[in-house]
Amino acid sequence: MIDFMDQKGLRELEARCIQDEAPPCQATCPLHVDVRGMLAALGRGDFAAARAVYQKSVPFPGIVSRVCDEPCQGACTRGQVGEAIAIRALEQACMQADVPRPPVKKLRARHKRVAVIGGGLSGLTAVADLSRKGYDLTLYEAADRLGGRIWQTSATTLPRELIAQDLALLSELDVAVKLETSPDLAAICQDYDAVYLATGQGEVHVDPLTYATDQPGLFAGGSLLRGHWSPIASMSDGRRAAVSIDRYLQKVSLTASRSNEGAYETKLYTNTTGVGASDAVPLPVLGYSAEEAIAEAQRCIQCQCLECVKVCAYLEEYGGYPRQYVRTVYNNLSIVMGERHANQFINSCATCGLCAAVCPTDFDMGAVCKTARSVMVQQKRMPPSAHEFALRDMAFSNGDKFAMARNQPGTTTSAYLFFPGCQLAGSSPEQVTAVYDYLQANLSGGVGLMLGCCGAPADWAGRDDLRAAALAQFQESHAALGRPKVVLACSSCFQMFKARLPEVELVSLWTLLQEKGMPETAVSGASDAIAIHDPCTTRYETAVQDSVRHLVSQLGYDIAELPRSRETTTCCGFGGLMVYANRDLAKKVVAQRIAESPADYVTYCAVCRDYFAAQGKPTRHLLDLIFGSSHDGGRGPGFSQKHENRARLKRQLLQERWGEMVTGAEEYASIRLNLSDALLALLEDRLILVEDLQQVIAYAERGGHKLLNAQSGHFLAQFRPNTVTYWVEYAPDGDGYTVFNAYSHRMDVGEGKRP
Amino acid sequence: MSVKLDLSDAANWVCADCQVALIIKKVDVSYLGSSFPVDMPVCPQCGLVFVPEALALGKMAEVEKTLEDK
Repeated sequence: MIDFMDQKGLRELEARCIQDEAPPCQATCPLHVDVRGMLAALGRGDFAAARAVYQKSVPFPGIVSRVCDEPCQGACTRGQVGEAIAIRALEQACMQADVPRPPVKKLRARHKRVAVIGGGLSGLTAVADLSRKGYDLTLYEAADRLGGRIWQTSATTLPRELIAQDLALLSELDVAVKLETSPDLAAICQDYDAVYLATGQGEVHVDPLTYATDQPGLFAGGSLLRGHWSPIASMSDGRRAAVSIDRYLQKVSLTASRSNEGAYETKLYTNTTGVGASDAVPLPVLGYSAEEAIAEAQRCIQCQCLECVKVCAYLEEYGGYPRQYVRTVYNNLSIVMGERHANQFINSCATCGLCAAVCPTDFDMGAVCKTARSVMVQQKRMPPSAHEFALRDMAFSNGDKFAMARNQPGTTTSAYLFFPGCQLAGSSPEQVTAVYDYLQANLSGGVGLMLGCCGAPADWAGRDDLRAAALAQFQESHAALGRPKVVLACSSCFQMFKARLPEVELVSLWTLLQEKGMPETAVSGASDAIAIHDPCTTRYETAVQDSVRHLVSQLGYDIAELPRSRETTTCCGFGGLMVYANRDLAKKVVAQRIAESPADYVTYCAVCRDYFAAQGKPTRHLLDLIFGSSHDGGRGPGFSQKHENRARLKRQLLQERWGEMVTGAEEYASIRLNLSDALLALLEDRLILVEDLQQVIAYAERGGHKLLNAQSGHFLAQFRPNTVTYWVEYAPDGDGYTVFNAYSHRMDVGEGKRP
Repeated sequence: MSVKLDLSDAANWVCADCQVALIIKKVDVSYLGSSFPVDMPVCPQCGLVFVPEALALGKMAEVEKTLEDK
């Protein structure tokens, strides 16, 4: 269970998404220069912006861009595909831009005196940082010039005028510089509020986190302590010591919140698949020209993760990534008054788990959205229109018209129980019968049959109560049949029972078919290539996926694997009820999926099949290949027809197999309607069922009110069975009615006001 | 909520029971606990309210969404 209803839980969740972590170059740089940002600016030729980025982190950019030992380069992801970026050379190149050093901004004077001993890069950095914070700085240097070891660099590499330019900063900051002065440490410590010993010399014990020594107010760092000269690490010492001195003088904790100072290892993951290898632009002795620098900067792959966003149309649709999204979800759930802009976002996720499958830290946005939906339902904030139609469909499937459970005809016990699920029965009822016959012929001990819905739609809708009711209904019937092993054709049912009813023994129909062999009548494929779409609820069911592939090859097809299959398969847009919350997005998801291969598709979920076929992709259900099908890869039945198919399946099976008559259909169901294909398509689009039309007309013709169009002679009537008002335009036609139009609304209009 | 109604939709319809033309009248329209008076075509005798298709699928659907997200 994900808990993001408190700030702490939220932050833990946010932290699991690594997209905002620094790229390796920046994390490895002890001063954390935003190398990625700098190279992005350089890559588009904006030298001034690049220099500004660089100067933001580096106090003496003219010097450092010449002498830096660039540890960043060793960490550069580019180095995994070709040569690492020549980062230091690009820093030098961006210093070509004629950008004046930003004016020195000093905080208000703090009237505290700080001495820094040692005028190398470490001491200079500490001086610059502390001086900006408003402290009075005195810098002591034993030699007759500042800079320390930088003078050992040749004048070709480090032109001396750059040193002068950079060090001019000190006079701007009003730092008192005392050259050729080696003060007595004990005396200095007496005279100043804090001291930074930046020479790296001396017999002092230094805390590696805070640079504090055993003597209060005395801090020490510098490369001599490190044993080798790293200009950038020396500067980092100075900066971190300055942080400690500031904290010491402000009397706050030296140690709190100091993670990731200096070089550290980033958690950011960058996938380099598809990145072509390239070598660095050759570096002339005097440095890159502008053109060369731009070319080199453009080799930067701009490290970022976005693994989930790259594979999910939903995550891409909203322009962010999980770290931002969980905050959006949290805020949406926390709103007391005002508009909840993220409702549709929360309800659009397919909850298919692909994000978690590709995420380096297993971040599951679907789990977040599912939890959020449950919370919305509890808060009574779930938009009724989001899931009502799907829940109504589920209620139909678990109601009298479809739900049933029986032992095999002529038996009183069941070793097995076939649970085909609601969607297969709605889409291809004849296959339910065929599979049931097959199972009875191939399994011993009795094969019962249970029709109904597993509760997945309720689970997706955040309706924990309805899910529990559906599962309870299943459990009751399952227990009455003696708790047989359940044979499942639908992978959503499989996941639901596996997760929620661990005590129930399950077997996938596909595993069974492989084990027992397909019927001899199985359609034999003409060695055509066919691409397998694994339903998203089989993501981690490797054995089921294997069985399906075994069956498809046995049928004679050449399997063309889709680029995303098995563990990284995608959803068809029905999962999580995406299609009801965001129809356009669901269509986009299908469009992307069906474009992945020119081959016809085969899948083993009735909804995936119907959705792909509805958007023009020849798609077959695996059962179509084994038992044949009336829709031959094309469009399947609509919502109303699926209801009708389920009801008829139950009536026929009960009548033909068990000799039971089903009675008690509603009176309106006998109303005969004349519906054009165009109207049927309109109904499908507007989520209006034929039974809704029948109810409206029955109500109107029973004496309910209706309107008459004087010109056309059509009637227009409305009826509100529950939460939706349906309007139907119709005219009597023989012993029935022709329907011309239908629409609905949720708003209640003057209901009960009529006499 | 203010809804501008296209009355041309209503012009051709009469109340089938009362055989009278519809008139425009304020009607309470409500959803999720919010209620607004809206000018709608109504039968002056029996009070039957006509919701034209364009209104149901246009402005009304928009307001429904807004109220659902409130």
